[in-house]
Amino acid sequence: MVAVTSRMPRTRAGQWLVLVGAAAAWVGLYVLNEQVWDWILYGVLGLDPDDRVTETVHFFLYDTVKITLLLTGIIFVVTVLRSYMSVERTRALLGGRRSGVGNVMAAGLGVVTPFCSCSAVPAFIGFVAAGIPVGITMSFLIASPMVNEIAIGMLLSLFGWQVTVVYIAAGLVIAIVAGLIIGRIGAERWVEPFVFETRLGGQLVDPAESLTFADRIQMGREEAQSILRRIWPYLIVGIGLGALIHGWVPTDFFTTYAGPGSTFGVLVAVGIGIPLYSNAAGILPMVQALYDKGLPMGTLLAFMMAVVALSLPEMILLRRVLKPPLLAVFAGVVGLGIVAIGYLFNSLLA
Amino acid sequence: MIIKVLGSGCANCKNLERVTREALDDLGLDASIEKVEDYGAIMSYGVMSTPGLVVDEKVVVSGRVPSVAQVRDLLVSAG
Repeated sequence: MVAVTSRMPRTRAGQWLVLVGAAAAWVGLYVLNEQVWDWILYGVLGLDPDDRVTETVHFFLYDTVKITLLLTGIIFVVTVLRSYMSVERTRALLGGRRSGVGNVMAAGLGVVTPFCSCSAVPAFIGFVAAGIPVGITMSFLIASPMVNEIAIGMLLSLFGWQVTVVYIAAGLVIAIVAGLIIGRIGAERWVEPFVFETRLGGQLVDPAESLTFADRIQMGREEAQSILRRIWPYLIVGIGLGALIHGWVPTDFFTTYAGPGSTFGVLVAVGIGIPLYSNAAGILPMVQALYDKGLPMGTLLAFMMAVVALSLPEMILLRRVLKPPLLAVFAGVVGLGIVAIGYLFNSLLA
Repeated sequence: MIIKVLGSGCANCKNLERVTREALDDLGLDASIEKVEDYGAIMSYGVMSTPGLVVDEKVVVSGRVPSVAQVRDLLVSAG
């Protein structure tokens, strides 16, 4: 496949030089971000740091730059790494696996395989046509949105690696257990019959093959641009809400009303989260602000997972291959799993 | 040249169609683009990751939206 873009150097050394240069620029911007805004708002404009409006505006500006940088960096790195994997390769790896091991592998692969939820239906059909059991396929389909690479990158930078590991482990466990349960209840009867009759024709095309290094970098750049272009309204709203919470909600507000001891905190969070559909990046700025105001980490993680894991658009798509009972089981098990994780971590971390 | 875009209406699929049209215009080629949205048909080409681009029954891109320049190169080498 002909591919080298006109702006990338042609030699490998040249390409690495460009990457290193870009990384250095990124680090510079990231580190200087807060100081620049401090200087502009407090130095040049002479505003009062303790004034609520100033604080909100400062947070908004600082966070917008920070999150844009984070997103760009994370999406770029993740896309390049993921370009080595594909749904086609995952399908080959999962063929013939038994339940149990297969679920664990499927969940793990779900996290690292590049997967657009619009491919959910062809991927599902393709897996089933390869003889992969429905339960294992569902583990893959659940893990993929639930353990979101953007969320991982941002949790890592906002809260550190412990919380990130918890998030990844929680998502994987839910995906594995849900897939196991679905596998046990004879879910095949709730799959639309045509799925079992569809044959994957011709030569299976693997998008991961025949990509040059320059191709991968190009994909990383394009993906970062495309995602940012698509979600910037959500980002602005999320950061805006985060800034308002940061400036106006009293500290420890949530500890009083939804603290670790609260009975319904997690349920409410998940209840609000499920109908909401947002990219992981859109809610993270809000998540940090909520945490700073006392919302417990378990409830927060549950909220985040609820928003991201179950989305109406994906459900509507999956309805083409899954009958309502299976969709209900899928949503129910994932929902319950998220609630359980929320309560578990609230009690562990309190 | 018979061109088909495989995909079921998500943003990426529409982008691929747009990029392909642009490439065709750039090359001054007059070919119609057929949208294939039926999953059975999509899979009969061996494509599991939409969107996909098929030129004269051969899959040239799958799983991503290439740039206009890349599609141009693909059309030239296929045509």
